[in-house]
Amino acid sequence: MYSKTVMDHFKNPRNVGEMKDADGVGEVGNPICGDMMTIYIKVKDDYIDDISFLTFGCGAAIAVSSILTEMAKGKTIGEAQKINNKSVAAALEGLPKNKLHCSNLGADALQLAIRDYQDRKAGIVREGPKRSDKHEHHHGDACYCPYCDMEAEEDSPVCVNCGRELDEAH
Amino acid sequence: MSILNLDHLAANPLLPEVQEAMIEAIKMNYGNPSSQHQLGDEAAAALQQAREQVAGLINSPVLKEVVFTSSGTESVNHAVKGVAFANAEKGKHIVTSNIEHNAILRTLRALKMMDYKVTSVPVDEYGLINPSDVADAIREDTILVTIMHSNNEIGTIQPIEEIGRITQEKKVIFHCDAVDSVGVVPIDVQKLGVNLLSFAANQFYGPSGVGGLYIRRGTRIWPLLDGGVQENNKRAGTENLIGIIGMGVAAEFATREMDFRIKHTRKLKQKLTEGLQSRIKNIFINGHPELSLPNLVSVSVQYIEGEGIVLMLDEENIAVSTRSACAAGALQASHVLLSIGRDFADAQGTLVITFGRDTTESDIERFLEVLEEVVQTLRNMSPLYLKAMQEKAEGVALS
Repeated sequence: MYSKTVMDHFKNPRNVGEMKDADGVGEVGNPICGDMMTIYIKVKDDYIDDISFLTFGCGAAIAVSSILTEMAKGKTIGEAQKINNKSVAAALEGLPKNKLHCSNLGADALQLAIRDYQDRKAGIVREGPKRSDKHEHHHGDACYCPYCDMEAEEDSPVCVNCGRELDEAH
Repeated sequence: MSILNLDHLAANPLLPEVQEAMIEAIKMNYGNPSSQHQLGDEAAAALQQAREQVAGLINSPVLKEVVFTSSGTESVNHAVKGVAFANAEKGKHIVTSNIEHNAILRTLRALKMMDYKVTSVPVDEYGLINPSDVADAIREDTILVTIMHSNNEIGTIQPIEEIGRITQEKKVIFHCDAVDSVGVVPIDVQKLGVNLLSFAANQFYGPSGVGGLYIRRGTRIWPLLDGGVQENNKRAGTENLIGIIGMGVAAEFATREMDFRIKHTRKLKQKLTEGLQSRIKNIFINGHPELSLPNLVSVSVQYIEGEGIVLMLDEENIAVSTRSACAAGALQASHVLLSIGRDFADAQGTLVITFGRDTTESDIERFLEVLEEVVQTLRNMSPLYLKAMQEKAEGVALS
């Protein structure tokens, strides 16, 4: 089901753990399938000097977090801001379509961590990390069946391809 | 290293005796049991023998009441749709429970599209149905009650006999999905008071692709497959004789070994349950502590997700199943786990461990050792675990 790169990052995840003296923290929670990601960054001279993650989620979610930390480490803030969920999935040599829904939130958490860092620099103080419960359940205009990867018809209670029930939120 | 199969529910190994009987059956080059010549007679005799063996396993008094099908799924579809179609003039209301298998759920969904109405009764924290809820749900136009014998995710065994008394008193047809029970625990169709009972050979070391449906005489039901006169006009299509012969042998062994298998698996279950509780903190053992399958343990591991556990165990050549939504391809958590009150995150971290006659105590020991490490590795990555530990530390500091 998963590519070699995904399995490598899942089995040997890079940069795992809480960072107590982080300059920015971003947290993303997904209410539908329960994935949660926290990204911590340490910034030095506008560079991401150190980065780590904590993730609750499936194998894909863990691999996403791991490769994301490798992609962002050593980059300038401006470069890191260009990392998005699509480029993370590409670096993992692709993810199953249903995993694009729920597991591929790492870049969102990174962008929140960067904004948290910028806010702190601007003197905005908040309790806890910058977090978002926002969950994009769409890829552009189309929506995909989580079971068979086929495009799902809008408003249909079941997938016309595999016949399985679709979530109301699809 | 060989794979340690703790996912017997998904793939039971074939008994060596079943393999031999099936290979022998292939070599016999049997004819068609419906033919009137000698080739047919031999095949019909083999079919008859298998039917006797299977009838013995469920204590069916009349051989004709056992119908061979292609799977547990077909049996369930046959029972539910067959009764619904045959009794539509009497009514279109069906009673079921909140924790049925997809074979039931989706059959009922299809019927709902044909204007059938369904009432689904709840379960308690152990996954048990209260029979009086079933009695209350039965209406004037109720034509069928369908309740599973044991649950495939948490193992809880339902009070089928009591429900059977209710349906007999109210004269409603009663179907029991016993796919995960037949061959595992004693099943007596006369004692249970069911009209229909579904089961499958692969749950008791027989081949996949063969199932059975018990149909008590006098039950108003239509065939699902129309065609020839096979299976006493109940199920058309030339019989899968090789598979059926395998099922017969598997049924005979299940009857003979029943006491041993229960004793053996119950011991393993106890060892596994105790091992989980002593080695890993913050877990829930799901299902009823006594009224449950002896060969199944369901455990929800807090703060982590099941797919990660399964993939990491697979690396160590251990096969278990998860009921987490993501691994199964679904985005919804298990309806069974939500029904017994698990919250979304805990439902995500649920493993279903199933074992059998070939599983040893050292297998369980090895599984526990590896699982303990895997759980800690994943928890060390989990923000939920970090939060829980911080809250616990704060709690200690405050007190």
